[in-house]
Formats: sequence, C-alpha cells, structure tokens
Amino acid sequence: MGQKITIEPVTRVEGHGKVTIHIDNNGNILQTRLHIVEFRGFERFVQGRPYWEAPVLVQRLCGICPVSHHLAAAKAMDVIVGAGTGDGLTPTGEKMRRLMHYGQMFQSHSLHFFHLASPDLLFGVNADPSIRNVIGVALEHQDLAVQGVMMRKFGQEIIQATAGKKIHGTGAIPGGINKSLTQKEVDTFLKGNDPMNIDKMISWSQDALTFFKDYHSNHKEIIDDFAEFPSNHLSLVRKDGALDLYHGVLRAVDSEGKIILHDVDYQEYYKYIEEEVRSWSYMKFPYLKEFGKDNGWYTVGPLARMNTADFIDTPLAQKEFESFKAYNYGKPSNKSMHMHWARLIEILHSAEKMKELLLDPDIQKGELVIKGNKKSEGVGLIEAPRGTLFHHYKVNSNDQIEMANLIVSTTNNNQPMNNAVNQVAQNVMTGQSIITEGMMNAVEVAIRAYDPCLSCATHALGQMPLEISLYNSNNELIDRKIK
Amino acid sequence: MYQTIKIIIDGKECIAKKGQYIVEAAKENNIYIPTLCNIEGVKPKGACRICTVKVNGRLMTACTTPVAEGMSIESESAELTDLRRSIIELLFVEGNHFCPACEKSGECILQALAYRYSVMAPRFPFMFPIRELDASNPKIIKDHNRCVLCKRCIRVIKDDEGKNIFAFKKRGHKVEIIVDPESADKFTDELAEKAMEICPVGAILVKGKGFKKPIGQRKYDLMPIGSDIEKVSKSKKAVL
Repeated sequence: MGQKITIEPVTRVEGHGKVTIHIDNNGNILQTRLHIVEFRGFERFVQGRPYWEAPVLVQRLCGICPVSHHLAAAKAMDVIVGAGTGDGLTPTGEKMRRLMHYGQMFQSHSLHFFHLASPDLLFGVNADPSIRNVIGVALEHQDLAVQGVMMRKFGQEIIQATAGKKIHGTGAIPGGINKSLTQKEVDTFLKGNDPMNIDKMISWSQDALTFFKDYHSNHKEIIDDFAEFPSNHLSLVRKDGALDLYHGVLRAVDSEGKIILHDVDYQEYYKYIEEEVRSWSYMKFPYLKEFGKDNGWYTVGPLARMNTADFIDTPLAQKEFESFKAYNYGKPSNKSMHMHWARLIEILHSAEKMKELLLDPDIQKGELVIKGNKKSEGVGLIEAPRGTLFHHYKVNSNDQIEMANLIVSTTNNNQPMNNAVNQVAQNVMTGQSIITEGMMNAVEVAIRAYDPCLSCATHALGQMPLEISLYNSNNELIDRKIK
Repeated sequence: MYQTIKIIIDGKECIAKKGQYIVEAAKENNIYIPTLCNIEGVKPKGACRICTVKVNGRLMTACTTPVAEGMSIESESAELTDLRRSIIELLFVEGNHFCPACEKSGECILQALAYRYSVMAPRFPFMFPIRELDASNPKIIKDHNRCVLCKRCIRVIKDDEGKNIFAFKKRGHKVEIIVDPESADKFTDELAEKAMEICPVGAILVKGKGFKKPIGQRKYDLMPIGSDIEKVSKSKKAVL
C-alpha cells in the first residue's frame, strides 16, 4: 500500500512551507512536492498607489531582505523617471545604493549562514533539535556565534546609515538616493572600535571561509553529495562578466557551464522568462522560455552567481572564487550545499566592496538624484541575497502604478528546491517505514541551503512549527509527528 | 501695547495678552496644548477638538477660546489625556492610515500626536472605508484615505486674489477636499508645495517628491511634537 508523507511546516525557514512525499508499497519515493501555501498580495496592494511609494511599500514583503526589494523597486522607478537603468544615476546615487546593498548582502548572508544553517553543520542533521539551533551554537561555539551576531550588526549599521533605518528605510528614491554620508559616519565604519570596523569584518569573513573549508574537508559527504542534481543557473553579471550584485545583464548557464542566455538586457526579461502556475502551490515556477517548462528551470542565488560569473573584482574574494572553481574543475557546481560556500565568498566580496565604497569620496558629496524623460514602464533587477529578484511596474499618466509583477528569488528557486527535496527524500526515506526527526530535518536542510525565506515568495506571517504526516495510498493518515 | 492678564494653566500662574486664544497664551508660557487643525496666524476652526481643555470646569477648545482675566484652565489631566487619545484613535480608525509607506511619516501631526499620547491600538473598531486616491491633478495627489477634514488647505491656500483653491465636495461622511475647478489654473507649484506642507497628514502629496527627506532629518525625528514649546529634551519626551 502506497504512502504519502507530509512535512508541515518547515522550520528555520521564514514563512510557511509544506512538503508531501508519496511512497509506494515497497517504500520507493514516487513524488515529492514543496508546497507554498500562503498568498502574497503585494502586486495588488500597489495598484493605484503613486510610483514613488513602491520602493518603500513593497519592501514590507520581508524583514530580512527588505533592502533588496527597496532597491529593485527603486531601480524600476529609475527607468520610470528617466534616470536610465541601473548605471544611469549620479556617482553618489549609485554608490550609496551599492553600499546599502552590500551591507544588506553582508548581514543577510551572515544571518543565513551563522544563525540558520550553521547548527546543521556543527551538530549534524540528526542531532537533538534542542541543541541544533542558534542558541546551541552560542553555547558551544561562542566565537562563531559572536562573529555571526556582530557581522550581522555591522551590515545593519551600514543599512541604517544609507537607508535611514536598519529595517524598512527610505534611502533609495526614484532617480537616486535621499542622503549621502558624513565623514563621521564613514569613520565609524572604517575606524570603529574593535570589532566594529570594516577591516575586522573582512578578517572575520575570511575566518568563516576557513571554518567552512575545514568542515568541508572533514564532511565531504554532506557538502558534496547532499542534494546534488544538474541545473541551469541564472544571475546578473557585469557586462565584462564580473560578479555584480547590484546591476548587470542577465546570463544563464547550463549544468555543464555552456551559456544558454547570453547577457541580455533585463528590461525585456519577459521575452526570455515565463512563469508556470501549478495547482498545488501558490508559488509560480519560472523557466527559460526557449527550453520549455521541463528543461528551462534554473537555480538562482550565491551558487548560481559563482557559476555564471567569470571573475570577482575584489582580490580576496577572487582568490576564494578561484579555489571554488578549481574544486569544481572549472565547471558549474550543482551541489546544493556548495550554496553555503558561495555565500561565504559573497560575504567576503561584500565586505571588500563596502571598504572600497567607504573610501570613495563620492559617497560624501555630489548630486543625489537625476531625472529625465518619464516612461510608463520599468523593470528593476537586483541580485538579492537568495538570488535574482525581478520587479516590473507599469505607471499611468497620473503617476499611479497600474501593474506590478514581482518574481522573487525564492520563486526562481522553486523547481530547484523541489528537486533538492526530492533528492534528499530519495536518499533518506526510501524503504523507511518510520519517519525520524533527522529525516525531517534533512529535507529542511535542503530547503535551507537555498532559502530560509519562503515569506517573500508568498508573504507569510508568523512562525513555523513542523508537522509531518504519513498517508497510505488511500490517503488515510497512518502516522503524524509534530515538533 | 497689549493689555496683560493673569490666567492659571494646570495650577501655574501665567501671564497672557488679552484677546489671545488659550493655545497661544499657553505656548508663550511654555505649555504645550496639542493642536491639529489649528495654524498660527490663521483664523481658528475648532474642527479636530484635540486641543480640548477644561475652562473653569467646562470643556472648551483652546484654539477658539480667548483668554479672560482669572481664567482657570486644566490641560494635562488623566481625563483630558484620555479624551485626546480617544480623538486620535477615532481619526485613525475613521480613515486608512498606513504610516509605513506614507511619505509624510515623521512629519505627520496625527502620527506625532499618536506617539505623544502612546496610542498603541485603538479602542474603536477600524472602519476601513473604501476611498479613492485622486491623482488627476497635474501637481498633487489627494489621498482621501488619509484626509482628516481639518480644512487647513481650504483656509490657507489662496490664489493671488485671496480666493480659495481647495473646497469641500459632497456631504456628511462622504465629504472630501477638491481643488476648485475654477481656481485650478491659479494653483501654482509653490501653492502645491505649501498645500502639502500645511496638510497635517499625508492627504496632499506633491507629485514626484516622495521620500526626499531622509529618516533622521524629518521634523518629528529631530523634535517630538510639543517639545519645542515645552523646551524639554528629546529623551525626556520619549518617556511621556
């Protein structure tokens, strides 16, 4: 008799997710699905509102990565007010926004790695969940926990200085930014008391990579073999192929590294990307049109960015990038847990970039805003911590938003996350009749590697306990575990 | 030369100018009585009632009541604080005030008063009225969701002949502000800016201006409402 296992909700992930696993009479996995069961209404909320409200309004999608939504919407509105796409702003406008973005990347990646993912690495997937959490990390690995907290704090302080608030600020406005930094603010970040200065942050970012690489050499089975499957990878890259988290052209490569989307202008993203709706999830499934629904799906995020970029334009991160590439024989990595490695390289890159910008005199003076001939439609893309984020708006002649379409990072990663869940279920649940806590967590670990944020994809409220249910082929509940 | 008289506000003996409104006399004595619809130098309206005080035991609006010799005024009492808080709460539930995405946040009198009076959650049910955002004027957007019908724009914004630019339209609970079509051609950019500034909430927005002032530099970021009159430090105000 076949069975259906439900994991609901998924923990240490922002938002609410549910996993169902169907098993046949012999315990073989027939099908797995990651369901996103909440509804996001932001595209509707912004209709009728003035266009300049969008960057402030839509960032409320998320409390972890609001800056990404803030900036993606602002970039779309730059197009609307005739300030060009991404690189058309004044030097102060663009550099302040970049500083805000790198601060965001730094804090969000730190949260993701230290607070949400490290418990699984440090204590193991099967460890007691009462230890396997950020408090457990704080108790047993104090240095690491302190670093995580302080790195997050540093990023948040950068965001506050550039956006006005740590969460949900107003810094980016259509055509630019509403403030520059004072010398005093810059000095706080460059010369702050230990550890709150940029040099310490760079050094800690390197330490985190060292920690990861040590862990990797001792746990290859987890980092290399856990949830590995071939995927296409998509991200923005700078025009010269460099990693660029703020602006660039859209590039996709296949699992072997062949470029399948050739550095296109994202203003016309809809020519290349389509979204599929499936009846069992509120989250859509985007794919590259040219390759169809079955083969056109792709991964976004830190790993995809390492796979699409040719190089990194900061020296320390470039060195790490080279060893990452060498480990994967120059080919794209399709290993889900390499996402954490890539994330740590980006933390280092962001820290280096922040230092570069803090030393740049343009962030202390110069024109803040630029405007030109207004347009009725604009697209803003940014590389958010979890991956490529699309904002698309149409504005009427009265300055009101008529249409909004958001494809958030998690939505882009919908199919890969489903595949990762399937991969893990195949490995840990095949032939099993009892579902253990470790099995449940293994599934979550796969989701967490991609994204601890289901909330932005669908806009969720609240916390998530975990529920797992076992169904037979007649859909009768035969076992349920709740934690 | 003004004739001065003596009045008592909250037990404190104050000197006031004869003919002055209570709210003005209080201000000159460093006593803050909250106002929302009132504007210095413009004939008071008494529309919002937030300035309600007790004059010789009777409830009166401080913006419309002139001082008189020997008047005893009560402003800071538990009863009046609760009354004022209830007025603020009523204003919030009657409209659709979503501060997080409002560009007047930090410069909004209604929001500043809510902070001063520690309005956490209103005691009244939200009405969630369905109101339109009118963006048809080339210079401003009128967000009726946020309008508190204080009439400030009607009373202050005048053309060069002294005629009103703004007017009320419709009746009863459906009343809303409009730019008088007959005066529309005299509605200059300067007047639009002034209208946005004079609006105590975010109901009048100059197009394309949004969020130019960074957080930390907005009026009430720097100085909580009333603290300029009371001349007290920000930290002291924060615990009120």
